[in-house]
Amino acid sequence: MTELAIHAADRDIADDLCEQVRSAYTDRTPLRIVGGDTRAFYGRPVEGNALNMAAHSGIVSYDPVELVVTVRAGTRLSALNAALAEKNQMLAFEPPAFSDASTIGGAVATGMSGPRRPWAGAARDFVLGTRVITQEGKLLRFGGEVMKNVAGYDLSRLMAGAQGTLGVISDISFKVLPLPTASHSLRLSIDLEDALVKLAELGRQPLPITAAGWHAGELFIRLEGGTSSVNATKERLGGESLASDFWQQLRDHQHAFFSLKEGQSLWRLSLPPNTPPLTVDIPQSDIFYDWGGSQRWLKTDVAADTLRTACQQVGGHATCFTPYAQGGAESPFTPLNPVVEKYHRNLKAELDAYGIFNPGRLYAAF
Amino acid sequence: MNILFDERLDGEFIHRDKADVLDDLQNAVPSLTLLHREEDLHPFECDGLAAYRILPMLVALPDTLEQVEGLLRRCHALGVPVVTRGAGTGLSGGALPLERGVLLVMSRFNTIIDVDPDARVARVQPGVRNLAISEAAAPYGLYYAPDPSSQIACSIGGNVAENAGGVHCLKYGLTVHNVMRVDVMTIEGERMTLGSEALDAPGFDLLALMNGSEGMLGVVTEITVKLLPKPETAKVLMASFDDIEKAGRAVGDIIAAGIIPGGLEMMDKLAIKAAEDFIKAGYPVEAEAILLCELDGVEADVDDDCQTVRRVLEKAGATDIQLARDEAERAKFWAGRKNAFPAVGRMSPDYYCMDGTIPRRELPRVLKGIAALSQESGLAIANVFHAGDGNMHPLILFDANKEGQLTLAENVGGKILELCVAAGGSITGEHGVGREKINQMCSQFQSDELTVFHALKAAFDPQRLLNPGKNIPTLARCAEFGAMHVHNNELPHPELPRF
Repeated sequence: MTELAIHAADRDIADDLCEQVRSAYTDRTPLRIVGGDTRAFYGRPVEGNALNMAAHSGIVSYDPVELVVTVRAGTRLSALNAALAEKNQMLAFEPPAFSDASTIGGAVATGMSGPRRPWAGAARDFVLGTRVITQEGKLLRFGGEVMKNVAGYDLSRLMAGAQGTLGVISDISFKVLPLPTASHSLRLSIDLEDALVKLAELGRQPLPITAAGWHAGELFIRLEGGTSSVNATKERLGGESLASDFWQQLRDHQHAFFSLKEGQSLWRLSLPPNTPPLTVDIPQSDIFYDWGGSQRWLKTDVAADTLRTACQQVGGHATCFTPYAQGGAESPFTPLNPVVEKYHRNLKAELDAYGIFNPGRLYAAF
Repeated sequence: MNILFDERLDGEFIHRDKADVLDDLQNAVPSLTLLHREEDLHPFECDGLAAYRILPMLVALPDTLEQVEGLLRRCHALGVPVVTRGAGTGLSGGALPLERGVLLVMSRFNTIIDVDPDARVARVQPGVRNLAISEAAAPYGLYYAPDPSSQIACSIGGNVAENAGGVHCLKYGLTVHNVMRVDVMTIEGERMTLGSEALDAPGFDLLALMNGSEGMLGVVTEITVKLLPKPETAKVLMASFDDIEKAGRAVGDIIAAGIIPGGLEMMDKLAIKAAEDFIKAGYPVEAEAILLCELDGVEADVDDDCQTVRRVLEKAGATDIQLARDEAERAKFWAGRKNAFPAVGRMSPDYYCMDGTIPRRELPRVLKGIAALSQESGLAIANVFHAGDGNMHPLILFDANKEGQLTLAENVGGKILELCVAAGGSITGEHGVGREKINQMCSQFQSDELTVFHALKAAFDPQRLLNPGKNIPTLARCAEFGAMHVHNNELPHPELPRF
């Protein structure tokens, strides 16, 4: 086990958090779960007493040889990433951070993943286990710190992306991966149609691609892996070098594309990877293709229903990243099919009978 | 304690007369094939865990989703439990029938609906065999990654139910990492789609929840899996060790060198001997342990990694290191490992395969514990591991014809799993809890955690009609099993009756 740098601020306040949940449960008062408060724009606004997670921080254990790290939810992403990088490892799902205050708990609760997602997996894919505070204020352990574990239902992965509506994630164990030995990013001038064909073609080959995007006439590709294969693929694909912080800017929405004009909202479309451009009337310059085409960012004033219908027709969905208060859609997430919604309500009723956990954050009804 | 369903511990059902249920189902779904004569039911009395056998009340073999829907609706209305089964290769009794239940066999849903090489996905019915997906994808240079050793026979629906693994999990993940979408039918006969061909879907991640839920939340009727480009090359190194602990440490050293092998397997002396006698894989029978390390990917990287791994193995004290010279030798090296179970089966009339996982650093301690249990019980134990991800498969050798040996083997198996839990691991890495490990769940989880699992179940199936008695033990069972955490010397749930 590695020696851990103990930061003065690192504390285990799980008992205190449990106590706060217990009183919320008894009084039936809603809680708004807050980490670094950098993702409040994502989802519907929540009315409730703040349950502050940021003070519940620090790495609980990290064994690079086991490829496992266990961390308290309030730990800053920047601190966790730095601790992993020191041992040449990383969170392979590249969680976005919208400010230095962003926490790992917020990243998992919102289930956001960065540019490597299509090749490496999503946040939930790297979650091995969690400690969760239940509605009754009990701190329970699900999953574990081992790579394979199929005992019981996979409650930990259910918590990833549930935005705190089913319970409070207190601690998380992740599978971590070695940092790639070699990395090279490149840009190619190519129009959209050809880019999509090329991406499909490259995707069928065992190449060391770990990010791919297209915007305004340029295809952006990141190669990562062994030195030999990265060099060979670099030569084969050609193009110009791309600054390596390009992907981080895209991931964290710092890229110039993400500045909106008056009246525009930012939308995230999640589509099958080889979906042709949608027939919605949006200028190409207002679209950024990420994840090899399966995540598309849109700046637009087109109505939510129009976008959602277009996405639904091709088997995808659309999420509005601009809050309602700033002119975004009233329902940021695509409404659920009635049968699926019924089981969402049932789950919510079982795990949060009095609606104390981030009520209404995902959908108005639960 | 008997592992078979016990209504006093596992929950009661409405008792229905078989003839009445048969009559009701025949009327409601006239086109459905229903088996009811005892001689027709016998082939379905067990799954891959053949030591446990129960004759189901009825066996349903639907051909259409409408029939599945009709069957579920009626069973729901009548309060008759339903156990779903695929190919029946599961090793934990997850498809063990119920005397008072209908066995829903999905094997006729065996069509590969579509392989889309551009989207790199395949849409298949649940009865399609695991290997058949890779075969269908092969013309496009693609394959389906999870490869449980039963892949030639096991069906993808069962893989989803058990969240099946294989020898390549460390690098390529379990079933849950490779399934994009499932269509599910609820106990009420409603249809829902979870996940999508995009990389996520709105709402809770019910797709993740469905994987490994052992048919207790819904019946999977269609699956979309992710396909991967076949690695350009795969090479395998075999290293011999004169000490199993050295082999264990070498595994950690390979990972520490920043390498994630496609497969990293370990076998102990008894397993090596069994495999060599059976397959003639060229294994060193004098070694205390061998490691098989497969590196796959782009040729140039694989060559670099082979060099690195060889250096690591030498430093770790390997007595011999061989790189498979060609594809034929690579296949031979793997054949010994992949046939380790039947090879052990030749040495002993019966064997009992365990499936615990541990943090790798605990390997020496757990191995010592297993050796002690072997000595104490007099039963030989061969050890085969997915060493890269800490998934152990100790094989306990016994003879069921000798009185008391099955029970002894079960007890030793239970103790091995408890060793794994004590080491911070899990009672099952890839075979599932099923019926087999239902009691050990009481060691891995506290009653509050089990209560949350029951709440999840209640959200989908409040009457507990889907595969009751599997995966999650009742608190009554745990109280009876006596393995629940005793706090302040007070028995948990004093209000529960004990049997």
